[in-house]
Amino acid sequence: MAHGHSSKEKVVYVGDSRVKKRSYNPEQPDYTAYPGKSEAFIPNFLLKEWMVGVVALVAFLVLTISEPPPLGYPANPNNTGFVPIPDWYFLFLYQLLKYPYASGSYVVIGTVLIPAVMFGGLVMAPFLDSGKERRFYKRPIASSLMFVSLLAIIYLTKVAWNGYEHELKELNIIPEHIEREEKAREAAAAGKPTGQAKPGGKEVAIVDKDDPAMASFKKATCVACHGADLKGASAPSLRGIGDTLSKDEILKIIHEGKNDGKMPAMYDTAIGAGLTDQDIDHLAEWLAKQKAAQ
Amino acid sequence: MFKGVYNWIDERLDITPMWRDVADHEVPEHVNPAHHFSAFVYCFGGLTFFITVIQILSGMFLTMYYVPDIVNAYYSVEYLQTKVAFGQIVRGMHHWGASLVIVMMFLHTLRVFFTGSYKAPREMNWVVGMLIFFVMLGLGFTGYLLPWDNKAYFATKVGMEIADTVPYIGPYLKELMQGGTIVGAQTLTRFFAIHVFFLPAGLLALLGAHFFMIRRQGISGPL
Repeated sequence: MAHGHSSKEKVVYVGDSRVKKRSYNPEQPDYTAYPGKSEAFIPNFLLKEWMVGVVALVAFLVLTISEPPPLGYPANPNNTGFVPIPDWYFLFLYQLLKYPYASGSYVVIGTVLIPAVMFGGLVMAPFLDSGKERRFYKRPIASSLMFVSLLAIIYLTKVAWNGYEHELKELNIIPEHIEREEKAREAAAAGKPTGQAKPGGKEVAIVDKDDPAMASFKKATCVACHGADLKGASAPSLRGIGDTLSKDEILKIIHEGKNDGKMPAMYDTAIGAGLTDQDIDHLAEWLAKQKAAQ
Repeated sequence: MFKGVYNWIDERLDITPMWRDVADHEVPEHVNPAHHFSAFVYCFGGLTFFITVIQILSGMFLTMYYVPDIVNAYYSVEYLQTKVAFGQIVRGMHHWGASLVIVMMFLHTLRVFFTGSYKAPREMNWVVGMLIFFVMLGLGFTGYLLPWDNKAYFATKVGMEIADTVPYIGPYLKELMQGGTIVGAQTLTRFFAIHVFFLPAGLLALLGAHFFMIRRQGISGPL
């Protein structure tokens, strides 16, 4: 043959392959670096670690099956009453910003200075704590700083969470992910759709835009929340409201409000704005006429 | 048959030393929970990696249904959670795993700290580990926005206001992250890209460095 290799060689490398033919078997290392019962990583140790992994996996799956992941209502930037809350592992940083020395004109202390010092110190730990001693009780400064930081993180997280729960209670708010799930369950039991209605699609027109009720609608300050064009702002759109509510139901909402006062009772405001009972009655009638399909 | 295929590949690529290096490295007695129960603290790093793998796998399946635009994002998550078979489980794994990975990583960090394992010659690995920690927090922050419900939206808004307070660069930082002057359509696509491509790429590179250094330096000796 053209290449001068011995025909006894099993594999003939052509060109510049760098892989050399191996004539030895990789040796098993002897585990003498550490005293005691060392063992190989695969499979001896990995099997044991896998057992720990399996226990963790089962616990984890039990959690995911018993606790559905939370999902609230679709984001609405006009929602002014929403109480924002970060994920729990950011709570301690969030709580820091509620103290007077780390908010307002000192906010840089809370948003930059303290986190930078803490995380900077953590990153640089091997260079700050550069002694040879490894046992934590033999390096009191590093250990106590870590203990104090841990306590501070736990304390701040706890205070932040308690504050959040307190705020919800005070404002009488049920977290949206719980409310959504309950409503979906009720709707499912009643045979109604359980999902959130998707906005968009065909735009619903205003019925009888020139009706005097439109003027009443503005006068009674409905526009402030429901929008000058009835398309909604901080409150829902009223276009097509006649599809879901009758005249009497609308009147009742004007008189008594809805959703624990999120829609307040507007009757007195309307009267105060100079509307008569007849105007309000007509307004409700006009709103009930707002149907999507003509 | 399998052995034949292996030998065929091994003759050409000489792969045996690569995996034997990983397989044969010794695990000393003091980190082995089979010998000392208290050595379970040495499992936290492995469990962090285990959950990271779960996060990557569940995340890959979530992107099969998730739509990163403000009109459809919420409804795609709702559909995934309520209509898709096992969708709730997969989303649950990703949601709870995100918290669990932080917990495990935190415990792993504490173990390394209190056993003084970050000391010479392992300083670099500690710094890389801290970078992994920050990448994980970044993944948590960007992932929080993606379901596009009120909680996601307003938490991100607060996050942006916090970024805004950074002296000098704050407003630029905020606009860069938001992709504009408000938290909106651009923010969602940007966070999606960061959550799904940028940070995982960085995470994998850092994990590679982390494991390479452990392999080179070995685990720290008994106290």
